[in-house]
Amino acid sequence: MPQNTLTPDYHFLEQVETTGPFQASACYQCRKCTNGCPVTFAMDIYPDAVIRLVILGQRQAVLGCETIWVCAACETCSTRCPNNVKIAELMDCLKEMAVQAGVPSPQPQILALHASFLKNVKRWGRVFETIFLPEYFLRSGELLRKWQTGTWRAEMRLSWQMTRKKRFPMFPKTIKGKNEVRKILARRKQK
Amino acid sequence: MKVSYYPGCSLEGTARDYAESILGICASLDIQLEEIPDWNCCGATAAHSIDHRASIELAGRTLNLATKLPNSDMLVPCPMCFNRLKTAAWALNQDFANRYAINLQGALPRIWDLANFFATEEMLQSTAKHIKKPLEGLKVVCYYGCMANRPPEITEATDFENPQALDRIMESLGATAIPWPYKTDCCGASQVLSRPDIVSRLVGKLYDMAQRVGAQAIVVSCQMCQANLDMHQEKIGADWKRNFSLPVYYFSELIGLAHNVTGVERWLRRHITDPFTLLKQLNLWNNP
Repeated sequence: MPQNTLTPDYHFLEQVETTGPFQASACYQCRKCTNGCPVTFAMDIYPDAVIRLVILGQRQAVLGCETIWVCAACETCSTRCPNNVKIAELMDCLKEMAVQAGVPSPQPQILALHASFLKNVKRWGRVFETIFLPEYFLRSGELLRKWQTGTWRAEMRLSWQMTRKKRFPMFPKTIKGKNEVRKILARRKQK
Repeated sequence: MKVSYYPGCSLEGTARDYAESILGICASLDIQLEEIPDWNCCGATAAHSIDHRASIELAGRTLNLATKLPNSDMLVPCPMCFNRLKTAAWALNQDFANRYAINLQGALPRIWDLANFFATEEMLQSTAKHIKKPLEGLKVVCYYGCMANRPPEITEATDFENPQALDRIMESLGATAIPWPYKTDCCGASQVLSRPDIVSRLVGKLYDMAQRVGAQAIVVSCQMCQANLDMHQEKIGADWKRNFSLPVYYFSELIGLAHNVTGVERWLRRHITDPFTLLKQLNLWNNP
């Protein structure tokens, strides 16, 4: 009797494709996506394998992997795919599914970055970097990490230079349609 | 000429140099920019990563505001915003558009990536007419990044593997645009905040190649690329155990320099990597 057999989730591909179309099932594993991907060095599963695992209904494996989070969304894979598989868009769909399913991101600071950004948009309708950046650094624990690794000095120097060069405005520009923006962002619960 | 204009959030903040240079050269070329009234953030990477519906609806709201202006062209300097607006314009015209709680309420203007707009025959000619000081001797590589070109069915780019817009603009200003293989290789974009190690590897690779092909500077049209290439050069050099010294200019700043527009010094002074020494060495800097 084989040990550790995997149980495929036969509805996973279908569920993914309802938010598509990504044409994931058209993948014939030529690996052109992986070969052109600039961030494979930081991935745990290569992009072609992510597609394969989606087809094979391996929900847990793809929703919990590093790859979907370190993907830089550069769109090289989607552009070059000979079968028109929307790989980068599929990565986004998987991130969103992971967030909705409460699967913890193995790259929590990347999720924190997106969440801080959207929170900022919600507040003013536009991003106000002067608040967004420090708030992200604090909330994500990146500031603490920079403190521990000693890179905070360089970071502080850069922030000071940016301030002196007047690249951090003092006040946000808020918009009249702020509530419309808030309504758009309230439809999904941000984690 | 009057066109609609969507500056995007970072041009109101960290990319002030880009914003000011665009206003400067458009004034000198007699292009009137009409800002979309009450525009909102396009949602950028954050929205398309974890809230797809919001990413289309946020950009969709701005598109609807754009339909109310009479102009037939809309300029978008930030390639990320350009990409998100184009994506929303595409998605809201698909048969699955009813997934989104927003409808397009009128005819959209043509959405232009700013560099592509300045690289049309007409604009190249009008730009060439205003040259007061050709950028002779300046050898650059043009770096396009991702979002102005990919994916081509959204951006409608035809030369997405080897774009030419910035190269054409640079050649028309009298500079030399050196061909190189990393024109559209990713800089890591917002990962600079969450995974600076990834950005160091990607951007270091760009510096290395730029130096190998003999470039003195890098020309960009994206404020995210500019930030990643300009702000951390010293640190990335240290990671690579190399000494990189490559000014990172916006194409609009170099148009301004060639046209001798007032304000060039103010724009360039906002850079982190020294943009002046090279220009002085090449006798391209007359300003006091």
